[in-house]
Amino acid sequence: MRKTISKTIVYLLLVVGALTMLLPFFWMVSTSFKTGFEALQTPPTWLPKKLQITNWISAWKAAPFATYLLNSVVVSFVTTIGQIITAIMAAFAFAKMNFFGKKTLFTILLATMMVPGEMLIIPNFVTLSQMHLVNTYGALIIPWLASFFAVFTLRQSFASVPDQLYYAAKLDGASDWKFLWQILVPNAKSSITAIGLLQIIGSWNSFMWPLIVTNTDKMRTLPVGLQAFSSDSGVNYPELMAASTFVILPMVILYLFLNKYVVAGISGGGIKG
Amino acid sequence: MMNNQKPTWKQTLKGWLYVLPMLIIVAIFSLYPIVSSLAMSFYTQYNFFTNQVMALGFDNFKYLWEDPLFHSAVANTLIFVVGVVPLEIVISLTVAVLLNQIKVLAGFFRTIYFLPFVTSIVAISMVWKWIYNKDAGLLNYFLSFVGIHPIDWLNDPTWALPALIILAIWKSLGFNIMLFLVALNNVDKRLYSAATLDGANAWERFLHVTVPMISPMTFLIAVNAVIGSFKVFDEIFSLFGGQAGPGNAAMTVVFYLYRMFYEQNKYGIAAAAGVVLFFMILIVTLLQTWFSKKHVHY
Repeated sequence: MRKTISKTIVYLLLVVGALTMLLPFFWMVSTSFKTGFEALQTPPTWLPKKLQITNWISAWKAAPFATYLLNSVVVSFVTTIGQIITAIMAAFAFAKMNFFGKKTLFTILLATMMVPGEMLIIPNFVTLSQMHLVNTYGALIIPWLASFFAVFTLRQSFASVPDQLYYAAKLDGASDWKFLWQILVPNAKSSITAIGLLQIIGSWNSFMWPLIVTNTDKMRTLPVGLQAFSSDSGVNYPELMAASTFVILPMVILYLFLNKYVVAGISGGGIKG
Repeated sequence: MMNNQKPTWKQTLKGWLYVLPMLIIVAIFSLYPIVSSLAMSFYTQYNFFTNQVMALGFDNFKYLWEDPLFHSAVANTLIFVVGVVPLEIVISLTVAVLLNQIKVLAGFFRTIYFLPFVTSIVAISMVWKWIYNKDAGLLNYFLSFVGIHPIDWLNDPTWALPALIILAIWKSLGFNIMLFLVALNNVDKRLYSAATLDGANAWERFLHVTVPMISPMTFLIAVNAVIGSFKVFDEIFSLFGGQAGPGNAAMTVVFYLYRMFYEQNKYGIAAAAGVVLFFMILIVTLLQTWFSKKHVHY
């Protein structure tokens, strides 16, 4: 009896918490279907009286969201693929190879993870302006093609593959390159997927850097475009909520489908805000 | 073991070749800028178009020392950190402990709690801006049930930081819950049985078994949360429409850096603010590490 009561309380608390988590999402979607008049009513209506998609259409047309979407897709996919390739190669070298300067290099790179990224924005902006890359895909992509954090995480999963496998492959005459891509990478598939997913999510949602290096509609990514839209459109909340939904939805769908990898990525030592 | 042998030149060349693609990017966009922004904080006259330095000195730091806006940026950042981190830890640990007690629907709840983590902070800040609306916002509507008069969350300087803190806690819970769940899972179940045999009730078991056993994770989460909170920027920018809150009430160190750098083109001062941020984070992290030596059980 006591057990049932305490279980009920646990579930009750969890439901209340879950509703708090979901409420902003629900409110966003609900508002996006309301008329401007209905949205401002007090007391608020929980569900729109009439489901109408005019806000979605007008928001999509009011700003070049199709361009923003394309930019976000290109930038997050290219940076993620680049980051995975560079990380796979470097993590292999750090996990399985033996070379002069390995320890020193690793320590130096580890120390750079301590430095807040915001501190690097100014010199990076200067570097990219000198390369004439500001307001191009180059500025949005190149600095993110490698991350030591990805190398660090992947190295741990490569290191857990027994060295014997490496020597056996070598004895069989397989080159390092072949061993890496045909044995090591398939073995670490789930941690590579996890790193990739976290990177796509991070890149899709990143704001400060794209805000700084883009200055025209043509190059903006979704979050930066949404921010610009919100300051241009004033306070048309139903339209703003529709536009926010465009930005949020793709990552939510991706997460709902692949959530086991995201969870594994976070729990498997993947810690960095 | 091959790893204990002295590397040959061939191996060395190969190793560096494998590291090279990553290293080029990291060297240009992480290593160089660390040195460069440190140097830049001492540039008092600088032309960034030509990358020419005309004068050097401590003037940028002196400027920060004397600028009341920077003082409030530091103060607000500290208030934000203190407002967010302890609550974030207590709430996420509570939820994780609750989640750890159930089997049915545990995955479902976990998915929901984690949802804010995958959403764009800009987009969800727009939603919170709407929730915080004075006249038609959801929060004031709820508060009216308990007789609280409408609060102008985003335009009243008193409420700007609390509004920001609530949003930040809501957004970060899922990530920390996930990490706490990992730690809770790793606690040896036999310890609980032993404690129960010794007559410990649920609260005592939590206090004397769970808390010490998960303390390394709590420490990790605390360090991570502090670092993350020190760097708050995106949510301020979106919540307050590109401003640092009403009358700069939500001005933080990173926002200050952004304003100096991007809006006012004072590169040296912005770089100096970045250096100050780095040392603030470093000092707090060292303090936490020192504290953890006494209280974390590895």
